[in-house]
Amino acid sequence: MTAHAGTLPIGQAGDHEHGDNYLTHGRGIKSWLFTLDHKRIGIMYMILVCANFLLGGIFAIALRTMLWSPLRMFDANGNPTGVTQEQINASHNLYNHFFTLHGAVMVFLFIIPSIPAILGNFVLPMQLGAKDVAFPRLNLLSFWIYMIGAVFFVYILLSGVLHAAFGISLPGGWGLDTGWTFYTPYSTARAQGAVVAATLGAFILGFSSILTGVNFIATVHMLRPKGMTWFRMPLFIWAIYSTAIIQILATPVLAITLLLLVAERTLGVGIFDPALGGDPVLYQHFFWFYSHPAVYIMILPAMGVISDVIVAFSRKHVFGYNFIAFSSIAIALLSFIVWGHHLFVSGQSALANAIFSMLTFSVAIPSAIKVFNWISTLYKGDVRLKTPMLYALGFIFLFTLGGLTGLFLGALSVDIYLTDTYFIIAHFHYVMMGSTLFAFIAGMYYWWPKMFGKMTNETLGKIAFCFVFFGFNLTFFPQFVMGARGMPRRYASYPIKFVTEHHLSTTGAYTLGFGLVLVGIDWMYSLKRGKKAPENPWGANTLEWRCSSPPPHDNFATTPLVGDPYDLHGWVYDPATNGWVNPELGHRSSDSPSAPSHH
Amino acid sequence: MSHAATNPTVVAAHNGHHHDPHLAHHFETPEQQYQSGKLGMWVFLATEILMFGGLFCAYSVYRHNHPEVFEFAHKALDPVLGGINTVVLITSSLTMAWGVRAAQLGQKRLLIWCLALTIIGGAGFMAIKSIEYNTKWKHNLFPGSYNVYSKTFTGEETPPLDLAALNSEGHHAPAHEAGEAAPHPVKTIYDTRLVPHDPNAGTPDEAKIKPSFATSTGMVTQAPPAAEEHLIYTDLGRDRHHVTVFFSIYFLMTGLHGIHVLVGMSLIYWLLRRAIASQARFFADGLAVTGTGLFFVYLGWLIPLTFLLIGGAIVAAIGIVIALMFAGRALRATGEGEFDPTYFTPVDLVGLYWHLVDLIWIFLFPLLYLIR
Repeated sequence: MTAHAGTLPIGQAGDHEHGDNYLTHGRGIKSWLFTLDHKRIGIMYMILVCANFLLGGIFAIALRTMLWSPLRMFDANGNPTGVTQEQINASHNLYNHFFTLHGAVMVFLFIIPSIPAILGNFVLPMQLGAKDVAFPRLNLLSFWIYMIGAVFFVYILLSGVLHAAFGISLPGGWGLDTGWTFYTPYSTARAQGAVVAATLGAFILGFSSILTGVNFIATVHMLRPKGMTWFRMPLFIWAIYSTAIIQILATPVLAITLLLLVAERTLGVGIFDPALGGDPVLYQHFFWFYSHPAVYIMILPAMGVISDVIVAFSRKHVFGYNFIAFSSIAIALLSFIVWGHHLFVSGQSALANAIFSMLTFSVAIPSAIKVFNWISTLYKGDVRLKTPMLYALGFIFLFTLGGLTGLFLGALSVDIYLTDTYFIIAHFHYVMMGSTLFAFIAGMYYWWPKMFGKMTNETLGKIAFCFVFFGFNLTFFPQFVMGARGMPRRYASYPIKFVTEHHLSTTGAYTLGFGLVLVGIDWMYSLKRGKKAPENPWGANTLEWRCSSPPPHDNFATTPLVGDPYDLHGWVYDPATNGWVNPELGHRSSDSPSAPSHH
Repeated sequence: MSHAATNPTVVAAHNGHHHDPHLAHHFETPEQQYQSGKLGMWVFLATEILMFGGLFCAYSVYRHNHPEVFEFAHKALDPVLGGINTVVLITSSLTMAWGVRAAQLGQKRLLIWCLALTIIGGAGFMAIKSIEYNTKWKHNLFPGSYNVYSKTFTGEETPPLDLAALNSEGHHAPAHEAGEAAPHPVKTIYDTRLVPHDPNAGTPDEAKIKPSFATSTGMVTQAPPAAEEHLIYTDLGRDRHHVTVFFSIYFLMTGLHGIHVLVGMSLIYWLLRRAIASQARFFADGLAVTGTGLFFVYLGWLIPLTFLLIGGAIVAAIGIVIALMFAGRALRATGEGEFDPTYFTPVDLVGLYWHLVDLIWIFLFPLLYLIR
């Protein structure tokens, strides 16, 4: 907008050097809350989503703390401890609220929007070479919807705190103790918590997710500039695109399920309650028809981040681009036909169980294709262990563990033994947290210089990584062990024989929490004191690194030339700016374009 | 799709070679913008279909589990009114499609007429729907545990109720309410001990909204036509506890569909406002407010609720005043609407949405009304 085609060198920040970037483009809170700029919307998501992550984390720490020494009526020797049944009931009740809110906040408010809404919004249009997403106003709307949905959870929290601390009851019940899955008929007929508020909140958050998905699909289809063919798209875009397919096809089913649940609880419509002629297993089918694909809403974008990060820090072309791209689509499609593996012990027919078990195994194929391709990319690469790369390597390790234990659970006979044990908890935390959270942090570290124009502190980042990685494994590896030995999930207490594992796990949770606080400090410190970031600090070839850090309001003065996104030839490190430059590309003007370099 | 840059001078200053006021900054060509909008709308419609898909799935499961219940309970619905509504909605889809065509061809006056007729069609659909809902209301055929068949509503035993008779009552609901005798021979099916609990007992409205069958002599209903063989309540066996499920599904499906009709009407009104000359917009607003007021008056008369009658009348009066205030200006208006052959994206997209709403009803009607 500010320069005419032909006069500005491609890939140069041009007049934006003088200070106008998307962060300074407008001032005041209004210029943020009503912005249509995808980058600002991404940053606003980042603030809210991270705040919600903190909230969910506090519940996690709280419940791990309760499990350090649960209240018992008898000690190890069988002597009465003097604790009354009422105290135990109250403690157990509180525990139910803690694990429910931990799960609901983490799933609906953190993991699902984390990578698509923050990094997807910020990075996707730039990687594509577009000036914005297809529907900027819709994008802002989905952010607002996210905020409204979050308000419902704040209300639940407030109702819980007011009830527990002051005995004040807000309308709709207090707290939430159904588990994040809202299983019927407990949630519709018995639960005392604010189930309606929670389900309406999740319903509204679902629309935020749907609209983001619609936006990304239209963006990828319609806003690819000339030269950006489908197979020149970075793998992160393939991943976000696959995620968007799931978001638009699965989330509406959750929406109607939650509406039915609200109708059931308020009007007693009897779709899910057997006492009214309904079928609770139908609820489980509906719920997991969304929520199993939702697992891939959580993991697919993470895989996209890892694909990009691994390439940049291996200094090598990605291995098996087509396989990684198509495996994303394959995972998205397969995700819709495996939901029944959540119902192996819910009275589903043996035939259905066998079919779902078989289909579940098939998801391992595209997942493994990705892992093998990442490892092949590393092979003979010039691996640089920068902070984002550490998290990416951590991701591969943890995802492999989480994925392989998923196969145990997909096997019918093993699953029947392991259902509702800590083995499940450990499995999905290795996938959701060990994988998605690690990839989220990797992506944040990777794109942080682009977002804010500041570098993070490598030393602090690496120290934090050690705490996070060690703490994570200390928290969840013992849970595999105790799960396999029969420790059931969602219990506020446990037999003495599990005390070692629980203590290890709680210690790990504190270590992990400390590590994550260090990550937060690293980011805050970077905002305050971080070194100025160059245009391309990592030497990656995707298009977002062709505009200044932070990017100008319109991303690109002229549409950049598009080549192979993973062709790293030509990029050399420039110690003067602490960044990478490409002499082939750097000072070329669009008057004399040479062919894009791809091999 | 967007009116971010409705001020042509701003855009002209921005963009040396393009003067299209409707082209957003991140699109290269109007064609690209139009295609993006269209793709986005189709994707959104896919999400709508999936959302209704959940309800259709629930319908299938319960119809499979309780086929007799569906056969028995659907007789409370009136296929004549449902059929009229189907015709009304399909006709409104025709006027909508015609409107899209008019917008594409630049027939601005025809576009206005088509959009107005489509809104009237939507309003007609909702009016007929409200007659049907009102009949259910009068017979306590609510969703869920408020239904007359619900165990939790009536106590130990649910009452047998000949739903086939409700059909013909539905036709004559206002007349019946006025106390006229039923036109056909009547018979008493069960004794007064089984008369369902009346939720309105003791309220001021009791006389008005008391279920017509809950008389002191027991339930009065018409005899079914002798030739037609149909299930009666006692045929249902244990399944009779599940009659409410049908009504729950009926209300959820038609209710969600009704919300979509209202949203569609609002969107079409938004189009209409943009399609008419800017000087005439307040005149149109006045007419719209009048229409809304009259609809409330109608509801107030149907239910009946005095405050709806009075409130609706006041709203309608305000609307007439607004319309009259701006009538002169509207008649003298020379300006033209926004849509022309180079820019008709919103008309096209809302049209798609309206057809989806229509299509869903085309599935709902046979599934709910025409069982057997």
